[in-house]
Amino acid sequence: MSQLPADLKYTKSHEWVRALTDGTVEIGITDHAQHALGDLVFVEVPEAGRKVQAGEACAVVESVKAASDVYAPLSGEITGGNPKLAAEPEAVNTSPYGEGWLMRLRPAPGALAAAALMPAAEYQKLLDAEGG
Amino acid sequence: MPVGRQTPLFKLHQELNARIVDFGGWDMPVQYSSQIGEHHAVRRAAGVFDVSHMCVVDLHGSRVREFLRQLLANDVARLQSLGKALYSCMLNEQGGVRDDLIAYYLGESWYRLVVNAGTRDRDLAWITAQAQPFAVQVSERSDLALLAIQGPEARAKAAQILPSAAATEALALPTFVGRELGRWFVARTGYTGEDGFEIMMPAADAVPAWRSLNALGVASCGLGARDTLRLEAGMNLYGNDMDEATHPFESGLGWTLAMTPRERGFVGRAALEGIERAGSPRKLVGLLLEDRGVLRSHQKVIVPSVGEGAITSGTFSPTLERSIALARVPAATAERVQVDIRGKLLSARVVKPPFVRFGKSLVS
Repeated sequence: MSQLPADLKYTKSHEWVRALTDGTVEIGITDHAQHALGDLVFVEVPEAGRKVQAGEACAVVESVKAASDVYAPLSGEITGGNPKLAAEPEAVNTSPYGEGWLMRLRPAPGALAAAALMPAAEYQKLLDAEGG
Repeated sequence: MPVGRQTPLFKLHQELNARIVDFGGWDMPVQYSSQIGEHHAVRRAAGVFDVSHMCVVDLHGSRVREFLRQLLANDVARLQSLGKALYSCMLNEQGGVRDDLIAYYLGESWYRLVVNAGTRDRDLAWITAQAQPFAVQVSERSDLALLAIQGPEARAKAAQILPSAAATEALALPTFVGRELGRWFVARTGYTGEDGFEIMMPAADAVPAWRSLNALGVASCGLGARDTLRLEAGMNLYGNDMDEATHPFESGLGWTLAMTPRERGFVGRAALEGIERAGSPRKLVGLLLEDRGVLRSHQKVIVPSVGEGAITSGTFSPTLERSIALARVPAATAERVQVDIRGKLLSARVVKPPFVRFGKSLVS
């Protein structure tokens, strides 16, 4: 069973977005996504200062089996990647919504409102439809 | 969800919550809980794999040895004692690898082959056509399930599910020898770099055997762990590391070719002699990634001032906790190469496989 925190927003490509108090957002992959990938062994996060467009591949998560892209859920400027993941990529498996966050981003003006994000209940329906 | 062929253990895999994937047209378990956990179970204790998708072929006929000496690039005349197994390539006339297989010598007029699942249909067609002039009968043993029990504790655990007389005989089997013990054919072979057995048994025996092994603490292991184990052990995977377009000399398989006696005219021999004379321009090597990242098949390998090659199999090695690969590179490649991973050039060191054997790292 996937767990879905109600305070987060979700994408069709299985990322989550958390609004932080300083106006930036934190981004990660969902419990469903980490489970589908299996044991993660390497995570590549973007450099601070990189500008990304919504839908752009900006991080890579690699399990023993395969490498998968993570897409920016909204446009903006990366303020930092999670430094912990270099040594502990498995944090994404064990704590996908907490210690396993991937990156933080300052949304471009209006980007948060424009982004195609779903509340938890809607994302759950998507998972149900996918048989997840 | 498309439904492929299923082994006699398919329902049990589902019951054990395995993740099922398509593997060469078969619905196979890729992992049960954790691929890395299953890998470590085999390196440290014991694990069981369902490899019933592989194709067991019995060959009967008074001229069967003569037939196999023509069909295979290794020489079955090397098999002197009953039950002894031989690893061999089966080539095409150009010296390309049709498949790699194990041949067991089970009698003067009986040999058994185990070939890959993905090549089953074309192997059977080829072997049957080649066997005709020798009046050798080719029978696929689709009535058998095949379990691989591997790891330092594998033989002792597996012996506990055999009748006591058979258990004593099984434990006395030398490396690379198989024997019929009652209804089961038990061989001391494997594809993990650990000791263990591969057991062929009537399909109906497979589920109870698996459950008994689980009850003894033998972990259910999927094809994902099988792949990381075989790569650490430096063993080739057909379709990745060699295929019909590559020959054994450039696939790390020169050691499997029996070029003497010279008068043995096996399929592909003429082409191999030409390649041997000229020297193969490429070779298969092991790579150890020195930077962080994961080597994967098809990534480009750059050999400074020599040329380029490509990774044929790559993964994260759970035992070494770094990335390893097999790569086909120019013959002049020395110690250091670079690998292009998503546009970044990372450093790798050339090493001689295997990377891991009997639970121990062989690279520094």
